[in-house]
Parts: sequence; structure tokens; C-alpha cells
Amino acid sequence: MGKIFLEVITPDKVLISREVDMVVAPGIEGEFGILEDHVAFLSGIVPGELRYMIDGKVEYCAVMEGFAEVSNNRVSVLVDAAEKAEEIDIERAKKALERAQKRLEQKEGIDIARAEAALRRAMARLKVAGRVRD
Amino acid sequence: MAKLKDIQRKISAVKKTMQITRAMNMVAAAKLRKVQARAESFAPYSQKFSEVLGNIASRVEPDIHPLLVKREEIKRSLLILFTADRGLCGSFNTNLINRAEKWIRDQEEKGIKCDLILIGKKGRDYFSKREFNIIENYVNIYGKVDIKFINQLIDKIVESYLMEEVDEVNMLFSRFVSMLKQEPTMVKLIPVEPPNVEITESKGGEYICEPRPEELLVQLLPKHISVQIMNAFFQNETSEHAARMTAMDNATTNCAELIQDLTLLYNKARQAAITAELMDIVGGAEALKKA
Repeated sequence: MGKIFLEVITPDKVLISREVDMVVAPGIEGEFGILEDHVAFLSGIVPGELRYMIDGKVEYCAVMEGFAEVSNNRVSVLVDAAEKAEEIDIERAKKALERAQKRLEQKEGIDIARAEAALRRAMARLKVAGRVRD
Repeated sequence: MAKLKDIQRKISAVKKTMQITRAMNMVAAAKLRKVQARAESFAPYSQKFSEVLGNIASRVEPDIHPLLVKREEIKRSLLILFTADRGLCGSFNTNLINRAEKWIRDQEEKGIKCDLILIGKKGRDYFSKREFNIIENYVNIYGKVDIKFINQLIDKIVESYLMEEVDEVNMLFSRFVSMLKQEPTMVKLIPVEPPNVEITESKGGEYICEPRPEELLVQLLPKHISVQIMNAFFQNETSEHAARMTAMDNATTNCAELIQDLTLLYNKARQAAITAELMDIVGGAEALKKA
């Protein structure tokens, strides 16, 4: 199987920059997978799990809002934040999840969109973290 | 004799000042390196971003999104002004503030009202004492800025633009040209002027977009503004430290010069005192001989 080049870039750093066999990313309109010779493609990214396969081994990372560009066997994922599964701070994510849930329960006097976004981010992190630790 | 002591005291005072300025120079140098490192790790993101944005923007109608549309009549303008939190950096803050004030006066002459968002203590100190309409000010946030903070800032700005509270958004920051040159630079944020990127055929030309390019653009435009603001933060901070390094370097040189002059003065005074003493003794001895 041919290789594609994956880069995951956040404002702080370049998290991943390497050749992989396959990438699966959480797009706005659903998850999408990228293999070699994919047509040029552009998609928004929502908080979720990004998987990539290297020599038959799958690795996970959590990504937040952003977008991805695919062209010439190169996948560039530009997101606000991203962490590899091993690096996720589970405690922090759990606390963020609780906070967001509480805020949503109040219903009034809060910025619902923001609370929901926070909830989605926390859930994405926990999901990905769970992949390697269970 | 009193004069001698005075000079000595002055010398030791200047020496102490010199120590401080030298230390500040080194601190500024260290901070500068830190900011530059952060700016460097941001560069790949901002570069890739404008590439992609330019690519999409060139393929949709320019009036597709309200953030892209130039308003015909501008009544109210918003200026985001970056200054430093601290002084002792030469004319860095003064340059920015003067430029901003001049710009506001020009706008007012054209009948445009100006609102201000101030970042940095020096700008706040200046403008809050005068008759200006300050919407927001942020103090001591350099170094703590992350994409989250900027996104919140952008949300507010974009909202007030869409609500037609303002018709134009500009920002003024100091661009880092070189260690010796920092230039106050005005950048128009909204309406957004997308970066011009030449689309080469080899780049694959047409994209499949998910969702449609128009909708994607809605997402990307506010992000584009935040990337610009983030860059401004880095540029401004780098410039500040560079300006401070230069200012402190000059101050240290001046101190050294002053010490040299004072030492010369001291030596002359000492010599004069010794000569006077000798004259006394010789005069006394002559008088004794005659007696």
C-alpha cells in the first residue's frame, strides 16, 4: 500500500509530520478516510478522534476544531489543538466534561453554543484517551 | 575636599545604574529569544492557513460572505492598538501611540467615529486619560495569549461587525523588521482581504469541499482574522523586546561614557587638591626658614 504524508499542525506546534498508510479524520459531515491518491479535498474538522495507520498499527490522536486539506498525497490537518492519545490529561478532560454538563443543565444565562462546544471537546479527548488506556 | 567625595558618590551611582541597564538588556534578549521560538512554532500553521484560505477565496464570489463585503458608507471604525505593558524601551510606545492618535484624528475629520480596543498597559494609560471611546482593554496578557483567548476576542469583534455596530476593523502593531528597526504597521482586519495565492495547476486545481466552499469560508474567515491577530501579538512582542534591548544597550554605553568623564574630573580634582596641599607645605617651610 502506498504512503501518504500526514501533518497535524496546531498554533503551538507541529504535532505530527510523517508518512502513514491511512488517515481517518472527523469531518463536519462525518468521518472520512484518506488513502493514497485521494482526490484534492477540503473539509472542516470537528472535535473528535483522528486515527492513522502505520505499518498495520493504528495510532490515535484527539483533534479540536479546524480543517483538513488533502492534495498530492499530503494530508494537512490544521486545528486549534491536538494531542496524541498518550498525552491527554484525563483528569482535566473529565473536569471539563463535568463543568460543561453542569452549565448545560442550568439552561439559562449561559452561552449554550460555547458550553456545547466545550462538552464536545472534552468528550473527544476522553474517547481518544480511552483507546490506549483501557 | 567635599567636591571629591561628591564626584565619587556620583560615579558609584552611575555604576549602579549601568548594572541595571545591562541586566535589563540581557533579560530583554532572553525574552526576545523566547518569543521568537514561539513565533517560529506558529509559522507553519499561519503559512498553511493562508495558503488554503487564498485557495478557497479565489474560487468563490467575493460578496458571498458579509465579512468580505466592503461597506459603502463607513460611520464607525474599530482600532485594535497594540502597545507594550512596560516602558524603558525607547520610542517604541510613543511611536505607536502617536500613529494611532493621528489616525483617529484623520478618521474623525472624515466624520468617522473611532472605537478602541487597547492591548498593553502603555496604550491604556495614555488613551484612558483622554477623550476616547475605549471598548475594551487588556493588560499584562503578552506571553499568556493562546488561540482560545484570541477566538473569544474575534467572536466579539465579528459579532459587532455583523450587527453593524462598526463598519471597519483595523489593527495597529509594531512590525519587527530587524533588531534596529520596528515599524508601526496598520492592517485592515475586516472587511477581510484574503491572501492572494497563485493557484498552480499542479496543486490539483479543483477541490472537493465538505461542506460547500461558501460554508467552509464562513468557518475559515474568523480563523483567518485570529491568525492575523496572533501574528500581530508575536510581532509586537518581538519588537518590544528588540526596542528595549537597543534602548538598554544605548543606556549602558552612555553610563560608561559618563563614568569615564566623571573619573577624569575626579582625578583632576584630586590632583588639584594634592598640588594645593604641597603648596601649603612648601609655603609653610619657606616661612619657617625665614623665621
